[in-house]
Amino acid sequence: MAVAREMIVNLYRNLIRESKKWDSYNYRMYALRKIRHEFRENKLLQDAEKIKESYNYGLTNLDMIRRQVTIGNLYSTRQLVIETTPTQKAL
Amino acid sequence: MFRLWKRLVPLARDHHVNEVISSPKRHYAAVKEFESPISDEYKKGPAEGRPLYLDAQATTPLDPRVLDQMMPYMTTYYGNPHSRTHMYGWETEAAVERGRKQVADLIGADPKEIIFTSGATECNNISVKGVARFYKEKKKHVVTTQTEHKCVLDSCRALQAEGFNVTYLPVKPNGLIDIDQLEAALRPDTSLVSIMTVNNEIGVQQPIAEIGALCRRKKVFFHTDAAQAVGKIPINVNAMNIDLMSISGHKLYGPKGIGALYVRRRPRVRVEALQSGGGQERGMRSGTVPAPLVVGLGAACELAQKEMAYDHKYIEDLSQHLIQKIMGSLTNVVRNGDEVAWYPGCVNLSFAFVEGESLLMALKDVALSSGSACTSASLEPSYVLRAIGAAEDLAHSSIRFGIGRFTTREEVDYTAHNIIRHVIRLREMSPLWEMVQEGIDIKSIKWTQH
Repeated sequence: MAVAREMIVNLYRNLIRESKKWDSYNYRMYALRKIRHEFRENKLLQDAEKIKESYNYGLTNLDMIRRQVTIGNLYSTRQLVIETTPTQKAL
Repeated sequence: MFRLWKRLVPLARDHHVNEVISSPKRHYAAVKEFESPISDEYKKGPAEGRPLYLDAQATTPLDPRVLDQMMPYMTTYYGNPHSRTHMYGWETEAAVERGRKQVADLIGADPKEIIFTSGATECNNISVKGVARFYKEKKKHVVTTQTEHKCVLDSCRALQAEGFNVTYLPVKPNGLIDIDQLEAALRPDTSLVSIMTVNNEIGVQQPIAEIGALCRRKKVFFHTDAAQAVGKIPINVNAMNIDLMSISGHKLYGPKGIGALYVRRRPRVRVEALQSGGGQERGMRSGTVPAPLVVGLGAACELAQKEMAYDHKYIEDLSQHLIQKIMGSLTNVVRNGDEVAWYPGCVNLSFAFVEGESLLMALKDVALSSGSACTSASLEPSYVLRAIGAAEDLAHSSIRFGIGRFTTREEVDYTAHNIIRHVIRLREMSPLWEMVQEGIDIKSIKWTQH
């Protein structure tokens, strides 16, 4: 069965949504950055086999993120200084 | 009180984060934070929030993907991998062997050549002492460099006490060794050359392939401490003629308390074990292999292999950004170490006329170090910086920036901005800086009266 476009878009949305729940600033930012990078890299994939493979890789990672977000958030800390201070862009 | 503060400041992150996670748990976590074993008010960190982490050479955070692989072995599968009579043993043994293969694949070795230890320090001890002692009847000479990690240097000191000769090679001002000098130092009775791949303080990358070729030609065993290099730069033990190599788990986003030693089988390298016991790990390192940690190290190695190109490019971008930003706004900043043969995750800068320790105190919202974690308790300048010929004052004013997989561009910007701010502030207070601005050559001043 080929992977439909909607399934991929759904996977992307789920990955981003779950990653945003991460309490740890560094893990959250890495996950968001990496997910976007991976999807951009594989945007032009044509081979149905490869698409299927990447899709399954995304699904296993979605499960992993869900578990790790839960574990990480059980032991969350206060935020980093960078999250509490206004953005540094103006500097 | 803290939660209130959290609400007052505008949050840069998504707002629904707090809704999704049930509040009792968050409350519990917030309370826990204040019950931390730290009693020293200063050590609790800035009130605005936890400091940023920019000390990737000391240790790296555990990658969540690695923890995810480890969890089953910390909870469900608790068997002893050496138990041969039941399923609990078999399943953890299979996991350990899988981890061994993952480590071996990363460095182009055979799984049988991987020995699990407690960390790179133990690997270095086994390599340096083990090889020297095993071949001591015929060979009594070991070569190393002045910029090695403390555990290699200390192992060499121990060997000297046992009657071995040790040559500590000096390094050039860029931190690299001179290959001709190494060749000249080799003697017919040299058993081992131990030179680290990537330096933990200045990040320079030694010409490992050339050293390996030289050692192979001279029939001397070559050990390299690659704790800072494995998983970050491509390493192949066969292409580089490495005979022994130390790997550390917690430097490549793996768990702490695990390391791996590569010991070549063809031509065979023999070591005398330091620890007596059940003869696990081919008799070189007795003691039960910690299965969850091995699974973690294996997962970290596999990930590192997969992510190496992406991570390297990302880290290089960030470190260039950091250097350009700091160098662009401050004068009298010196970069320590070679600019080409260099691992970009480790940036070592000296800020002239500023005391490194006072800069670190001022920057309490960024976790930085002036050198290796092992020596960060002493106020002595780093021996690595002295070995590369840095002047005493510059060696005192160095800061090491460790950038890793989880560092963000915003963190680098924040750090650079604050470094610049504090260096300017501290220099304004410094009478030395004032004298330099007036054109007085500091070096020409005679300070003492007698």
